Amino acid sequence: MMHFGMTDEQRMIVDTTRAFVEAELYPHEALVERTGHLPMEIIREVQAKAIAAGLYAANMPEDVGGAGLDTLSWLLYERELGRANYALHWTCVARPSNILLAGTPEQREKYLYPCIRGEKWDCLAMTEPGAGSDLRGMKASARREGDDWVLNGTKHFISHADIADFAIVFMASGEEVTPRGPKRLITAFFVDKGTPGFTVRDGYRNVSHRGYTNAILEFDNCRLPASHILGEVHKGFEVANTWLGATRLQVAATSLGRADRALGHSVQYAAEREQFGQKIGKFQGISFKLADMAMELKAAELLTWDAAWRFDDGSVTEADMSMAKLKATEVLAMIADEAIQIHGGMGLMDDLPLERIWRDARVERIWEGTSEIQRHIISRQLLRAHGA
Amino acid sequence: MKVLVPVKRVIDYNVKVRVKADGSGVDLANVKMSMNPFDEIAVEQAIRLKEAGTVDEIVVVSIGVKQAQETLRTALAMGADRAILIVAAEDVHNDIEPLAVANLLKAVVDEEGPGLVICGKQAIDNDMNATGQMLSALLGWSQATFASEVAIEGNHAVVTREVDGGLQTIKVAMPTVITADLRLNEPRYASLPNIMKAKKKPLDEKTAADYGVDVTPRLTVVKTTEPAGRKAGIKVGSVDELIAKLKDEAGVI
Ligand SMILES: Cc1cc2nc3c(=O)[nH]c(=O)nc-3n(C[C@H](O)[C@H](O)[C@H](O)COP(=O)(O)OP(=O)(O)OC[C@H]3O[C@@H](n4cnc5c(N)ncnc54)[C@H](O)[C@@H]3O)c2cc1C
Ligand SMILES: Cc1cc2nc3c(=O)[nH]c(=O)nc-3n(C[C@H](O)[C@H](O)[C@H](O)COP(=O)(O)OP(=O)(O)OC[C@H]3O[C@@H](n4cnc5c(N)ncnc54)[C@H](O)[C@@H]3O)c2cc1C
Repeated sequence: MMHFGMTDEQRMIVDTTRAFVEAELYPHEALVERTGHLPMEIIREVQAKAIAAGLYAANMPEDVGGAGLDTLSWLLYERELGRANYALHWTCVARPSNILLAGTPEQREKYLYPCIRGEKWDCLAMTEPGAGSDLRGMKASARREGDDWVLNGTKHFISHADIADFAIVFMASGEEVTPRGPKRLITAFFVDKGTPGFTVRDGYRNVSHRGYTNAILEFDNCRLPASHILGEVHKGFEVANTWLGATRLQVAATSLGRADRALGHSVQYAAEREQFGQKIGKFQGISFKLADMAMELKAAELLTWDAAWRFDDGSVTEADMSMAKLKATEVLAMIADEAIQIHGGMGLMDDLPLERIWRDARVERIWEGTSEIQRHIISRQLLRAHGA
Repeated sequence: MKVLVPVKRVIDYNVKVRVKADGSGVDLANVKMSMNPFDEIAVEQAIRLKEAGTVDEIVVVSIGVKQAQETLRTALAMGADRAILIVAAEDVHNDIEPLAVANLLKAVVDEEGPGLVICGKQAIDNDMNATGQMLSALLGWSQATFASEVAIEGNHAVVTREVDGGLQTIKVAMPTVITADLRLNEPRYASLPNIMKAKKKPLDEKTAADYGVDVTPRLTVVKTTEPAGRKAGIKVGSVDELIAKLKDEAGVI
C-alpha cells in the first residue's frame, strides 16, 4: 500500500522546526547576510535554545543523545532548517557528521558526544585543489612510520574548518593493483586543531551561503598515533560510504526548504502586487510560472521523500538518491530565478531573501557531487544493467 | 495533584481566513489547523506546575472532530502525560458550543477527579470566552479568569488577572478553574525527543454519547461576513489640520 501522508510525529517535527527557524534564525539573517559573518555570541545564544528544543544534533540516534529520527523525518526537519541562512542553521542547529558514529568507544567519547552536546564542531576534509569529483585521485598522503602515521598535503573548500575543533581527514595511504590498473587506498583520520604540522588557513570568498566559511587545510609532516584512524587502515571510503550515504538527500531537503520559501514569497507577491490595474497574478505570464514552480517543487519533493523512505526500507539505489539531489537542486535554481522575475526589481534587493536564495542555489549543484556526477551515477546504473 | 487542560483544534492564527460562499461560516477545508494559542499557554502552565512539583499528572482533553487527536499529540509532545479525545462532530465546520463543551468537561472532571483545570481564556476561532466560566459554575468551583500569573499555595491559588486598566490579584479556594491570558507564559517548543516519545503516551478515544451529553447546537449563525477592507488614508497639510480632524471628524480628542 502506498501512503504519502505525514505521521503525527512528522507533522510535529515540521511544526517545531519551522517555528524555531522563523522565531530564532530569521531575525539574525540580515546581519549575517550583510556582514558575511556570524558572531560567536549569536551562535552560543541560539545554540542553547536549539539544545533546549532538542533540535541540536537531532540527526543522531537516541542512544547517543539525538532525536532518533527515521531518514524521512530527519529530512523533513532538514527542509525546515534549509529555509534559513545556511551558516545560522549549520552552526546553531548543528548536525554532527554521521561518520562519527563509526568511531571506537574512545573516539566517541572524544569526538562524537561533545559534538552532540554542542561543545565541539567537526569538519570533513576530502577535496583537494587537484581532486574534486575524482576523489580517488587525491595526493595528500599518510605514511606509516613505526606505530605512527605522518600526514602531508593540502585540502581545500573545507566547510567551517575555522570554528571546528577537529577534522576528519581522508588521505591516500597506499595503492593496490586491480585488473583495471592501480587504485589508491584511502584512510580516514581524526586530526585535532593544534596538532603540530596541521594548519588551517582562510579559504575563498564564496557567492553562496554568506557567513558559512570554507578553509584550506595544510599538513606538513603532521604525526598521529594509530588511535586517530577512523575505521580501518585503507578503508576510508568504505567508512564514508557506510555513514555518509544520505548526505545527498540532505542537500536535496535543504534545497526544497529554500525553494518553498521563495515560492511562498512569489505567490503572496503575485496576489498583492498590482500593475496595469490588476494583480500581476492575473496575468498568465505570471500565474503559469507559479503553476510550474509548484509542480516542479512537488516533483522534487516526491523524489526526495521516496528516496528517504527507501533508504530506511533498504531498497534505495544510488540512482534514487542522485535523482533526488539533482532534481531538488535544479528546481531550486529555477524557482529562485523565477521568484526574482515575479518580483521585478524588488526581487534583486536584499530587503527580501530572494536574491540570496538565488545566490545560495548555485553551490547546491556543485557540492556533494556536481550535477554531472549525479547524471553519471544515474546513467551508469541504467547502462550497467545492460552490461555496458 | 492532577490537572486537566482542555485543548481546542482551531484554524491556525497565520491563515488568512475566507468566508464560505453561503455565509454560514469560515471555510475550513484544506487549511492549516493548530492548537488554540491560549490553550498552548494553559498546557505550558500545567507543565511548569509539574516541573515545580505542584502537579503530578497532566491530562489533556479535546472535544471536536477526530482529527483533534493531532492537537492532543502536540500537547503530549510538549509534556502532558495522557490524553482524552471526545469525538463530538464529524464535520470540522460543526463548532461545539461552550455549554456543551463545559458539560462534557464536567463529566471528565467527575471521572478523573483533578484538583485544577486550566483552560485558555478563549478560542481564537469563535472568541466565545465562556467555557471556563461555565465549567466553574457547573462544578461549583471557584474561578480565576484572564490569568497572567499563577501561584498554587496549599488550599488556595493566588492569581493575577489582566483586567481593563491594570492587574488584579485574587486568592481563590482550590479546586479551581483558571483561564490563561496571553502574558501568563511563553509556551515551549515541543522538543524532538519528546515528539518521538509522545507516540507512546496513552490517548483514549471517547464520544460525546459516552458521557450522555447532548451537543446539538442551541445558537444559530445568522450571517458571517468579511471585515470591511481598509479605506485609503488621506494626507494632511499641517499639524493644526490633523488636530482639527482628530477633534471634529474622528472625535477621538
Ligand atoms: C562552498 C563549498 C564548500 C565545500 N565544503 C567541502 C567540505 O566541507 N569538505 C570537502 O571535502 N569538500 C567540500 N567541498 C568540495 C566539493 O565537494 C567539490 O567542490 C565538488 O566535489 C566538486 O569538485 P571540484 O570543485 O574540484 O570540481 P571538479 O571536480 O574539478 O569539476 C569541474 C567540472 O568538471 C565536471 N566533471 C568532473 N568529472 C566529470 C565526469 N566524470 N563527467 C562529467 N563531468 C565531470 C564537474 O561536474 C564540473 O562541472 C566544498 C565546495 C564548496 C564550493
Ligand atoms: C538595479 C535597478 C536600477 C533601476 N534604475 C532605474 C532608474 O534609474 N530609473 C527608473 O525609472 N527605474 C529604474 N529601475 C526600475 C526598473 O525599470 C523596473 O524595476 C522595471 O521596469 C520593472 O518594474 P517593477 O520592478 O516595478 O516590476 P513590476 O512591473 O511590478 O513587475 C513584476 C512582475 O510582473 C510582471 N508583469 C507586469 N506587468 C505584466 C503584464 N502586463 N503581463 C505579464 N506580466 C507582467 C513583470 O514582468 C514582472 O515579472 C531600476 C531597477 C533596478 C532593479
